[in-house]
Amino acid sequence: MATPTLEVRNLRTHFFTRAGVVKAVDDVSFSIERGKVLGLVGESGSGKTVTGFSVLGLVDPPGRIVGGSILFQGRDLAKMSEAEMRDLRGNRIAMIFQDPMMTLNPVLRVDTQMIETVLAHKKVSREEARQRARDTLGMVGIPSPDERLKSYPHQFSGGMRQRVAIAIALLHEPDLIVADEPTTALDVTIQGQILAEVQKLASTTGTALIWITHDLSVVAGLADDIAVMYAGRIVEQGAVSEVLDAPLHPYTYGLIGSVPSRNKRGEPLRQIPGMTPSLLNIQPGCAFRTRCPRPTQACLVEPEIRELAPGRDVRCFHPMSEPAERAA
Amino acid sequence: MSEAMTAARRALGDGEPMVELRGISRRFEKKLDFAGRIAKRLGANIREEIVHAVDNVDLTIRKGEVVGLVGESGCGKSTLGRVVAGILPPSDGRILRNGIDLLDRNATDAREMKLRTQMIFQDPYASLNPRMKVADIVGEAPLVHGITTRGGYDSYVDEQMRRAGLDPVFKRRYPHQFSGGQRQRIGIARALAVKPDFIVCDEAVAALDVSIQAQILNLFIRLRSELDLTYLFISHDLGVVEHISDRVVIMYLGRVVEEASSETVFASPNHPYTQSLLASVPRIESRKRAFAVVKGEIPSPLNPPPGCHFHPRCPHAMERCRVEKPELKEVAPGQRSACHLNDAA
Repeated sequence: MATPTLEVRNLRTHFFTRAGVVKAVDDVSFSIERGKVLGLVGESGSGKTVTGFSVLGLVDPPGRIVGGSILFQGRDLAKMSEAEMRDLRGNRIAMIFQDPMMTLNPVLRVDTQMIETVLAHKKVSREEARQRARDTLGMVGIPSPDERLKSYPHQFSGGMRQRVAIAIALLHEPDLIVADEPTTALDVTIQGQILAEVQKLASTTGTALIWITHDLSVVAGLADDIAVMYAGRIVEQGAVSEVLDAPLHPYTYGLIGSVPSRNKRGEPLRQIPGMTPSLLNIQPGCAFRTRCPRPTQACLVEPEIRELAPGRDVRCFHPMSEPAERAA
Repeated sequence: MSEAMTAARRALGDGEPMVELRGISRRFEKKLDFAGRIAKRLGANIREEIVHAVDNVDLTIRKGEVVGLVGESGCGKSTLGRVVAGILPPSDGRILRNGIDLLDRNATDAREMKLRTQMIFQDPYASLNPRMKVADIVGEAPLVHGITTRGGYDSYVDEQMRRAGLDPVFKRRYPHQFSGGQRQRIGIARALAVKPDFIVCDEAVAALDVSIQAQILNLFIRLRSELDLTYLFISHDLGVVEHISDRVVIMYLGRVVEEASSETVFASPNHPYTQSLLASVPRIESRKRAFAVVKGEIPSPLNPPPGCHFHPRCPHAMERCRVEKPELKEVAPGQRSACHLNDAA
């Protein structure tokens, strides 16, 4: 088997705040191969965004990567100098953020921003760079790209702006794209269009994609693999169909049950009691213990993530195994 | 059980109308400023910008019903919700609440009827006064309206908080000391404290995490049966609407395009917009599939296309759609749709 595009091993990113150490990412491992889509799912504060930021080396003080390795095509990003990282970022690894209004410069025309990005990593003429920008805009489904290049970001609608952001990420045909909730702010019909584009791109260009979201339904249709995060840790990962059809961790099980379409209409939803713990003071032991329907004495000790079947990891002492158990 | 009951009630035409909207429109105008007026007088081609946020909507909500109002951003669903809740006066049309015209200033009942309609907002961070304690947020209105007394105030507030799933111990706290889900519970307690029988929920669960969203939806379902409430549930999330609503109303650019029972809308949608909306929704059951695509963008409500608003994006658009506005007509018992295709067939 070829080396995966990205392999994250035991990543720890902590924030050293005045109130204490926030373990935003704590012992996270995953890998992703060429042309595959990994869905990184979790609720707010689960550490999914910080994981994405860590991969791109975008964690600012008081946060820093305190342990683990991020192997990108065999090279460890966590040990790279800022200059080396700069060379990769926007070139081989790109990021798409949730709010394109925040990531595009409002006072520069789209062509200025795109040409700048091309020239940052490639020695080409300005005209070639413009050509490349135009082609990429067309590729993400922006009509009449020649005219749209001359527009400012505020002249685009939300969906079009996100397409521009995706086009910028694609300029250098990166090997890895980290997308952080890129369709959350969009309407469903527009979200559908963007997802269709992205799916096409991943399969044709061989780009590996990390899709960070809180929406299980989006991941269900888009991703190959899924990793579920809770309180800074991956609690379960595996192939999408396995994780969603036969969840092993009680949290994944509860999360799936909370999705309205999975429940009978008008009946109460199967809910997870309580709320996500503050990352500042996680009690020792399993972080999900207080909300779990079946904690035991064993859960007072932090469970290690273990491989139950090939490619199927879970961080629980009592994974849900029996179908009857799930029905209960 | 409850499903069968509501279905039966609907079939019998039972459940008296609680809210009736007749020909409701709401326009927002941007008046020309001084320079603009002078330029216009000198012959410049500028005019006042008018947005038809809600365009001639008829809607009946029966007692005990949950009506889901669905649409994408800018379709006028929130504006309509505000008009129904009495926060925003309509530009045209009448609102009847239990047969009383809410816009009739002489009707003394109108005020009481407005009190019996309450609203729950999307953003639990912006809709609570950050300088008031929870007890006052919940208790102020009932005290003003004489629903509780100074003496019974404390126990009344406790009861309201407990019903919304909040511990009364926290009533001396301020909103910022609560999480998003708890804040939404405070908003619910505040709305229910004046004993309404009709609640307008405007994207009430949109800002919450999935597991918290499920908790709040369950609270809505429980309160509905406990207090015999009627809801207008506004949301862009079709999954949520499908789960909670008896009847669904779909809006597009200020107009109602389809209206039917939940089962019908999700099983056999009639309007092309409803069909494409349903096809776009990601489903947790789906696996690695090609996402359905509706072409084009939502047009600007400032300058909506003529005829049927949906025709530039519609796969079945014909010449007639470009000129003539389709009327909302009954296409099956209890299902109304505004599409010219239904005439052709």
